[in-house]
Amino acid sequence: MKCEEMLAVLNEYVDGTVDPTLCEEFEKHMEGCNPCQVVVDNIRKTITLYKAGETYELPIGFRDRLHNALREKWKQNQPPATK
Amino acid sequence: MKSASIEGETESPVIPDAQLVALAKAGGLSAFEALVHRHERAAYSLARRMLQNEQDAEDVTQQAFLSAVEHLAGFRETASFKTWLLRIATHAALKVIRKRKGLDTVSLEEATEESEHVDSIPHPEYIADWRQSPEQLVERNETRRLLDEALALLDEKHRLVFLLRDVEGMSVKETADALGLGESNVKVRLLRARLQLREHLTRTLGDPQTRIGRGH
Ligand SMILES: [Zn+2]
Repeated sequence: MKCEEMLAVLNEYVDGTVDPTLCEEFEKHMEGCNPCQVVVDNIRKTITLYKAGETYELPIGFRDRLHNALREKWKQNQPPATK
Repeated sequence: MKSASIEGETESPVIPDAQLVALAKAGGLSAFEALVHRHERAAYSLARRMLQNEQDAEDVTQQAFLSAVEHLAGFRETASFKTWLLRIATHAALKVIRKRKGLDTVSLEEATEESEHVDSIPHPEYIADWRQSPEQLVERNETRRLLDEALALLDEKHRLVFLLRDVEGMSVKETADALGLGESNVKVRLLRARLQLREHLTRTLGDPQTRIGRGH
């Protein structure tokens, strides 16, 4: 396998769903190819970062509006209290 | 203004979502509110990233939770509450995106658009190890800005595939169904998105000392 062919297996390799034979071939290639190793590592870290980063805070005031709307909806949605 | 507290930081044991769901199903509003509190940032962030617009993201987040109230009794708990909620938010956000485009069909595709090919995807150019681990990076405000900036630079069609598949963790099939695309198209778009984000992030986060020359 050559570097140019890496794109064809990259996704599935990162996802761990690549065909075992191809996987072995690609890993053999990577053993001697630092750039491909680094690209795979970069991509894994990219995904990890996006997964981990709940980047946004709720806008000011929105949390209150949200919870008020939900309480309202909750009341409508519950059967009349029978306590 | 106090920012949202992070779950698990407090001394008291955290009640698992599944238990809160059971309490909420039995009519416990405070249990439901605890669930909302736990996942509102995730839902809002996903909507905001998908829609690239603050007001739309608020609307979609609210809709998603209202819909969760409505359908809670029917939530069968085959997936986690968070997964279920984020699916609802995703579909609400996609609805907004379709409306923006004046489409009311399932597919986000213009009929004429041809599918992309792996051959047309640029190979990695700036290759270098990152100076810090994701764990170190995620805490930094600059990282957040960088992530948003990189995401905003993607075409919407690539951004949506990346968010659904990689961030939300949908399967290729689920992503394809949600977007009205073929699976092979999803795969190619995902590859392009991943490579483009990698390229952008590595230019900032990569250690120039470890940079490897072009041609790979
Ligand atoms: Zn290589």
